[in-house]
Amino acid sequence: MSLGAFALVLLALATLSYVAARARARAFKVDSHHHVHSRPSYHGLRAGLTALVPAGLLILAWGIVGDGVVAEQTLSQLPEASRPAPGLDKQAFLNEVRGVVSGELPAAFRPAANEAVPIYRSTQQSWTLLIGGLAVLLALIGGGYAWLRTAPDVRARTQVEMFATVVLALASLIAILTTLGIVLSLLYESLEFFSRVNPLEFIFGTQWSPQTAIRADQVGSSGAFGAVPLFWGTIFIGAIIAMLVAIPLGLMAAIYLTQYARSSTRKILKPLLEILAGVPTVVYGYFAALTVAPAVRDLAISVGIESASSESALAAGSVMGIMIIPFISSMADDALSSVPGAMRDGSFALGATSSETIKRVLVPAALPGIVGGVLLAISRAIGETMIVVMAAGQAANLTANPLESVTTVTAQIVQLLTGDQEFDSAKTLSAFALGLVLFIVTLMLNIYALTVVKRYREAYE
Amino acid sequence: MSQSGTRKLDWQSKEMQARVRRRYVRERRFRRVGLGAVIIAASFLAFLLFTITSNGIGGFRRAELALDLNYDPAILGIQASDSSEEAAATAVSRADFRPLLASAAQAQLGDSSLVSEGAWLAVRDQVVEDPSLIGTTQRVWVVGAPNMDILAKGQVDFDLAPDRRGVSTATVAAYRTLREEGRIRLAFNSGFLTQADSTNSELAGIWGALIGSILTMAITLGISFPLGVMTAVYLEEYAPKNKLTDIIEVSINNLAAVPSIIFGLLGLAVFLNTFGMQRSAPVVGGLTLALMTLPVIVISSRVALKSVPPSIRDAALGIGASRLQVILHHLIPVALPGILTGTIIGLSRALGETAPLLLIGMRAFVSDVPEGVTEPATVLPVQIFLWSDEVGRGFVEKTSAAIMVLLTVLLSMNAVAIYLRNKFERRW
Repeated sequence: MSLGAFALVLLALATLSYVAARARARAFKVDSHHHVHSRPSYHGLRAGLTALVPAGLLILAWGIVGDGVVAEQTLSQLPEASRPAPGLDKQAFLNEVRGVVSGELPAAFRPAANEAVPIYRSTQQSWTLLIGGLAVLLALIGGGYAWLRTAPDVRARTQVEMFATVVLALASLIAILTTLGIVLSLLYESLEFFSRVNPLEFIFGTQWSPQTAIRADQVGSSGAFGAVPLFWGTIFIGAIIAMLVAIPLGLMAAIYLTQYARSSTRKILKPLLEILAGVPTVVYGYFAALTVAPAVRDLAISVGIESASSESALAAGSVMGIMIIPFISSMADDALSSVPGAMRDGSFALGATSSETIKRVLVPAALPGIVGGVLLAISRAIGETMIVVMAAGQAANLTANPLESVTTVTAQIVQLLTGDQEFDSAKTLSAFALGLVLFIVTLMLNIYALTVVKRYREAYE
Repeated sequence: MSQSGTRKLDWQSKEMQARVRRRYVRERRFRRVGLGAVIIAASFLAFLLFTITSNGIGGFRRAELALDLNYDPAILGIQASDSSEEAAATAVSRADFRPLLASAAQAQLGDSSLVSEGAWLAVRDQVVEDPSLIGTTQRVWVVGAPNMDILAKGQVDFDLAPDRRGVSTATVAAYRTLREEGRIRLAFNSGFLTQADSTNSELAGIWGALIGSILTMAITLGISFPLGVMTAVYLEEYAPKNKLTDIIEVSINNLAAVPSIIFGLLGLAVFLNTFGMQRSAPVVGGLTLALMTLPVIVISSRVALKSVPPSIRDAALGIGASRLQVILHHLIPVALPGILTGTIIGLSRALGETAPLLLIGMRAFVSDVPEGVTEPATVLPVQIFLWSDEVGRGFVEKTSAAIMVLLTVLLSMNAVAIYLRNKFERRW
């Protein structure tokens, strides 16, 4: 019997408890002398939940840790000689064994794995029976107890409500857990990395060539993990070139749409901008690599710059800028529309034209909001991955020439983690250090930008 | 307003008239710049869609060649003794159709390399389906090699010197003969929509990636939707004002702005390395994207719940409903359109996401359609990324065609979201 079958039995038991307790509650005498606290379905729910929850948790917990326990036990029963080495070898070994056990593989390649199959199967079988049996027992006890205790004065509704509240509160903890998971996993791997590479060298070094550092003992002396070119590339593409494209276009688009366009025009143009925001980044990346980058190179060559590369910061940055336009435009839209109408009307009343009002009154008044929006846009641009992976190249150049190929933090993370490599090498770990830097920078930008935007909104409220 | 300070302004004077004119010119210029910005953005979109479509439309068609195939059991290596139906079926599915095709192509077309290397697969499937074909001779349209494809689609530039065209003169001559004989045609590329990835561009399809995407999205939706709605309900209806609640809110707002690649690192470190889950599996991809989508759903659900007028809540509580009943019977039904709109938008973002999935290994070459959430799979955007790296000429149009499919799916999801919002949005 598999764990799934036990889960079905549990569901059946829970339903049974629900029906039985509800039936019992329905039979309560209700008159002026006998007060019933809860309606029958609440008694049913209470019994069903008592049957289901503890047993379900048990099965769930086993589902998570079970494979590991069974694997360890199987390995410990194997003769010393046929045990796999810890690490990747063990993983591959276990994958083979599990493949055979589940019937996906006809037979394992290693003789030792074939030897382990019957042991694994029987260990798994006995554990499943034990855990499943325990779960059913728990469900029977829980359901039975709740059924026996079904009485008119039991506050079933309050208990069910309490349970729901706890479940909701637990669900909301997932967000904290995710944040913690991100911070801890990045920190842990980064510390591992910094124990091999000097953090100062990582932050201030100007040489980035992780590919040369194959052996761990070379890393410290090779100085190949200086991330400055990556930081510069990220800023150059995301915060300079992309913003040079996105800020004027996004801001002017927002001004036109909110101040000038008739509402019928706006109804057509605004969704167009929204489509621009909905196009997946891989599509932009492909477009940048296939169309924009060659065009940029041809253009550069035609004006006499022979060294133009086919992967350039300009191509990646400008396409990224286009991608950011809708974002800037909607932030500017929000900022402009929260300027009090009285300021605008006052300016008009003095005889200013629309453009004078916008340039001298609205934009200065909305400036904090717009700046906040731009900061958020920068944080989004430097975290953007696919465009730079596909169009900016992999060469870690420290250059201010937009026609040259540069690389960014995100592009390097992808590059470092998608080859075939040992997980524990400094090269792989450096990706986590880069991720940590990226996380911290975007977090700071976001927090700062949100405070600016919030303070600005409050100023006019 | 003829008086300004002590000096009297003559608005009718030439000087003032010119000044007003200048101001109006500036006004018009500013307005045109604004319109220009919108037009630049819109024309970029149009240009992008046009480029992708004109590149990709060819991906939905492929060159097919007519071959008269003699399904001779001797060539196929099928013994007549395989009399039982089952044995015959296995014999056919194990038979080698390559020599059959190669010899037919050699004899009828003059060159066996004009036929795709994988054309025999479709022929075999046909025979497996209908074993009575064995022993007969049939005219079959088989998939052509990539050079036939580009010739049939007119993608060869005959202005170039013969050695720079990418196709040999002999192949061009062969193609012209075939066209005169009517043995070549451009047909709908059914394989593109029904097959998985392949190293041969003419055989590569997106069905495998599409199924991978669907499986991944199922996991993402199944986790992030209930969790997201529950979190939103808790924060809006239950949460006391305390430190913990503040931390939850800050976490959610920050998670919404964390770059997607960070979620990939999280998935790699936690799901793969700590929990030891299967690399490349949709279940890991789905979990990772669920964490990314969760804040989007929470934030939009909170907005939707907030916009439910308090009178509904008060009325329900007033007639004795419990908190849970108020939520389940009144708040959520009223807020559902808003919640669903946010969910669809979050999901469409997850569907177009590539970077985190690259990190958890969903870039593996998968030539089978995945059958479960724990099998190696790839998703549509990753497939696009993988094809964009391929050097083969046929992959350019395959990539664009796959983008067309992805954009169609995404745009229709967004259209549904907008429709929902407009249809069910209530102003109170």
